[in-house]
Amino acid sequence: MSYEGWILLTAALVGISCGVMGVFLILRRMAMMADAISHTVLLGIVTAYLITRELSGWHMLVGAIIAGLLTAVFVQWLHSLGVQQDASIGVVFTTLFAIGVIMIATKTGNVHLDVQHALMGEITFVPWQTMEIPLLGEVPQATFILSIVLAIVLVMILAFYKEWKITTFDAALAASLGIPVMLMHYVFMTLVSITTVASFDAVGAIMVVAMLITPAAAAYLWTDKLSIMLVLSAVFGVLSAIGGYYIASWIDTSISGSMAFATGILFLISFIGSPRHGFISRYIRPVTLAKE
Amino acid sequence: MLDIFLSPNAQWVLFSTLILGTAAGMVGCLSYWKRQSLMSDALSHAALPGVVIAFSILGYKNLPFMIFGAAVSAFIGAWLIQLIRSSSRVKEDAAMGLILSVFFGLGIMLLTVVSRKGGGNQAGLDSFIFGQAASMVRTDVYTMMAVAIVIIAVVIIGFKEWKLFLFDPDFAKGLGLSSRLMDGLYLAMLVLVIVIGIQAVGVILMAALLIIPPVSAHYWTMSFKRMLVLSAIFGGGSGLLGTLISTMGKGWPTGPFIVIASASIFLVSVLAGTQRGLLVRALQLQLQRKQHRLESRPIPRQPVKEGK
Repeated sequence: MSYEGWILLTAALVGISCGVMGVFLILRRMAMMADAISHTVLLGIVTAYLITRELSGWHMLVGAIIAGLLTAVFVQWLHSLGVQQDASIGVVFTTLFAIGVIMIATKTGNVHLDVQHALMGEITFVPWQTMEIPLLGEVPQATFILSIVLAIVLVMILAFYKEWKITTFDAALAASLGIPVMLMHYVFMTLVSITTVASFDAVGAIMVVAMLITPAAAAYLWTDKLSIMLVLSAVFGVLSAIGGYYIASWIDTSISGSMAFATGILFLISFIGSPRHGFISRYIRPVTLAKE
Repeated sequence: MLDIFLSPNAQWVLFSTLILGTAAGMVGCLSYWKRQSLMSDALSHAALPGVVIAFSILGYKNLPFMIFGAAVSAFIGAWLIQLIRSSSRVKEDAAMGLILSVFFGLGIMLLTVVSRKGGGNQAGLDSFIFGQAASMVRTDVYTMMAVAIVIIAVVIIGFKEWKLFLFDPDFAKGLGLSSRLMDGLYLAMLVLVIVIGIQAVGVILMAALLIIPPVSAHYWTMSFKRMLVLSAIFGGGSGLLGTLISTMGKGWPTGPFIVIASASIFLVSVLAGTQRGLLVRALQLQLQRKQHRLESRPIPRQPVKEGK
């Protein structure tokens, strides 16, 4: 596949996996938790690097999962100590992120791992770091990891679709039916962490938040059905990832920044024009109702 | 080592982060009770495009103008969050995450374009992401301090009004206190304290300066007044401490160290806080157990006759 083809494929994979996870984040009202995890994942990656001294994908994945789970546990713990939910998110992620930045700025010195890269990502480097896969030949490492993560996410969601649906919309009912709500919460946090870290190389820590939240929020304006929302959100994710890439190459700027910006444009279009919950329909509907 | 403290420029920088921390601690207290802690995170990210646009209009670094740009873009962000929340079904947390990431993405886009064109002149711009207190010049320090002092004054002068506004808005309305005015004033102070802080602390970690001190203070007292004072002290202290530590290494960013200083104060508060700290709780639990044991000591048993 061509250089550009790999980049587009990677971007599309990010769009799908983030779009799908984002739907549940929005519906569970945990959008800011995604923001928190995307920051703390940095600490996990730096720690994994300091321990193993290599920048391989698998170590980072494990480090990120631990960091993501720690964030979820700490937030829960502070909340149980009587701190407001959003304040406890704020305390935990800023602290862990600061530790990560300090570790990069002081200890690891001028290694390959720099803050800029971790925050903004550099999708143009993705095709250069390849690995040998039987049957497929040379495949960029980031792309391979992303497809594995996407497969895990899809399997987890499709296999327990009913359970996710119930815990998301009515946690109390789910608990009374004997579904382990707390366990599902932590499994969900793990899924968010691995999605975040897999997208890390491509779009960086902060743009992951845009890819997670914005396409899902846009899809939320178009439909009331969970299954349609999942599909729409994934489509929006892919559209904005690819659109962002072309915007970036058009005005020659940061690719991840443009992707985030593209998600914003998609949301703006949905916000104004969506037939059901859009801004315009809000004004048109009363008129058509009055005519009838 | 000591000459760091002696150089007048470093003293000014230290003093300015002290005042900045104090102002942020106070405003953070207000947003804690408005239950909008994460709003500060969203707004500080949303300030980035304004900073970059202001820079590219002038072509050089001018703090007052960049603060103005940052304030405009943060206000637009706040307005959009409000608009999305009120006129669509998207909830507040999603709206904040959305604005935060899209504005930050736009900021990075612009920053990349500006740095490509600007040559060596944009070196100061990168420091807006993680904060570099050492890169501040004397006029920057003056600007920061002036704004911070105004904010502190507004909080102190309007203390009674703020208290009413936060804890009993209906009563405040009954007294003729305009909640629109107070809301506007609160938002203005929040945005101002964020934008003067991003030079020293950076857009990503500025939120910590507003969130952590009030949470720590809440472990020591239940009174709003004392919480405000303590939060100001904790904020100022961590600003001072973090800046001091970050001057020890070459090119160390200031923001993360301020956050770590703040987090250490928080840890101490969680453990030893007199109001709801873990130690106090454990002691109380022990005491209660003891009392319970004393009270429910078994009544001396009557010799039971063995019925055999």
